[in-house]
Amino acid sequence: MTGAFPSPYGGQVPVLRIGDVLLVTLQGDLHDGTAEQLQQDVSEAAADSRVKGVVIDLSGVEMVDSFLGRVLSDIAAKTRLLAAETVVAGMRPAVAITLVELGLTLPGLRTALSSDEALRLLGEASISPRHGRTRQESP
Amino acid sequence: MQTAGGVSACLPIHSDLDLVWVRQHVRQAAAQLGFGLVAQTKLVTAASELARNTLVHGGGGQMACAPVSRGGVPGLRLAFSDEGPGIPDLEQALRDGYTSGEGLGMGLGGARRLVHEFAIDSRPGSGTTVTVTSWVSGPPRPREEK
Amino acid sequence: MPEQEAAGHQETPAQEVGDFLRRRREQIAQRWADAALFRTVFTVSREEAVEAGRAVVEALAAVAAAERVEEQEADGFAVVREQLARMAASRSRAGSTNSQISAEVDALRPAVVDLLVAELADQPAEHVRESTTALTVLMGTLRLVVLETLLSAGQELINRQHLQLLEVATPVIKLWEGIVAVPLIGTLDSARSQVVMETLLDSIVEQHARFAILDITGVPTVDSLVAQHLMKTVAAARLMGAECIVSGIRPAIAQTIVHLGIDLGSVKTRASLADALGYALRQQGAHIVPQEPHDAGSR
Repeated sequence: MTGAFPSPYGGQVPVLRIGDVLLVTLQGDLHDGTAEQLQQDVSEAAADSRVKGVVIDLSGVEMVDSFLGRVLSDIAAKTRLLAAETVVAGMRPAVAITLVELGLTLPGLRTALSSDEALRLLGEASISPRHGRTRQESP
Repeated sequence: MQTAGGVSACLPIHSDLDLVWVRQHVRQAAAQLGFGLVAQTKLVTAASELARNTLVHGGGGQMACAPVSRGGVPGLRLAFSDEGPGIPDLEQALRDGYTSGEGLGMGLGGARRLVHEFAIDSRPGSGTTVTVTSWVSGPPRPREEK
Repeated sequence: MPEQEAAGHQETPAQEVGDFLRRRREQIAQRWADAALFRTVFTVSREEAVEAGRAVVEALAAVAAAERVEEQEADGFAVVREQLARMAASRSRAGSTNSQISAEVDALRPAVVDLLVAELADQPAEHVRESTTALTVLMGTLRLVVLETLLSAGQELINRQHLQLLEVATPVIKLWEGIVAVPLIGTLDSARSQVVMETLLDSIVEQHARFAILDITGVPTVDSLVAQHLMKTVAAARLMGAECIVSGIRPAIAQTIVHLGIDLGSVKTRASLADALGYALRQQGAHIVPQEPHDAGSR
């Protein structure tokens, strides 16, 4: 159905900066090299202080294998060291099912339905402890 | 219905870019044979894992892709072969978390969970061939086998 | 009475039938074109029916020549199996039962047998009997081949309907803005769990739902495979950015799950669908307050 469209992405994935959040939109089929380059780019950009969150939009990605899964985990781990939080947004159902079947549940990653939602999540977390809406509830 | 024209192919695996071609070919072949979206994604992901194994551990090789049929159910068979050092301990290599290099150690074991049939043939020194097969609608019941 | 044979060389009855069919192919095809089976299927032109008839006669001849008149799996049938399947399916769609279709195939027999008998008019009775028997057996096998295609088509239909049933049996309900639920009723097997998982995850995208509730109040038993499917569904939903809550785990099922040694620790559970909905609403920032009685303030 979508087979014809994604062309191999040989170049670089742009890392956009919106306020204090980095937004990365992945599209199509990524080279391993491109993914590694991205990991480096995000780490560098996040090293710049004031960045408090990274949003990786996966809604245009048709497949995540263990390699890309590792890249995502690594980005999250590195940015966490820099006091920023990474949110993976918009993962497709088929991709999610496959990842789980593969044995990768990426426990350290925060997730959101869309990048809008991810931005909201990051905004909420920092601005308003007053709001008191903890995500954990005792059962 | 039976337009298997672009399904059969033999693709080289010698670079990052080849992995992309392998994934795209498998995606298209699976779609053509009537695999659903989730099944396509599983197969493509398995192919990606196995092709990367071929590239990283086998020093490159190739993937042969062919349509198969059993009891009227179409399927896709992928064979990844290399002439690398081979895998000394298969059991260990298939165990989750095992890794001899990069990745999350999900390569072989993970790929096996994404397909219906999985066979591996490897002898130290004479390369490795991993053959996987998936069927369009789950593994067909083994009736009317001739 | 001379023990002579039509062509002088020693042929088995089956081979003789094969020769006969080949020789008389045109004639038989013409006769069959007027038989119900061909006439009703090939309605565009008579020539089309004759053409189909020729193919069938040709196949029968090949089967007979190979002396495999009793075998449905004879190579000769392979060529026409698909055509026969189409014809049978077409009759089936037109409302014929399997036995009616079988009778229609059987009705092709007299025309051929009559031709054979006429051709063997001056042969010894024993010879005629042997040849017609071979031909009759062959036509019987043809009938079985047709029936077999009907049955396997039936099986396909059942499989398809089974799949449709799975989908029908898995309704996703939008309970609130951003909250969807699947109330599961009946036994969960692996196939159905798979459908449930895919349907629920798809609805998360469609409804932009941050919360998904899997209610298993109506599920009598859960085995380890199903429990694993539930956990996979929860894990996949999380990867997509939604939280999945399993509600209505009855005590017996909870017991089983513990016995199976499955750790549902990572799964958010609630006693009932209502509790799960309440949880999801509160997580979304809604306040649920019981309505005060009207007269509460006036007293």
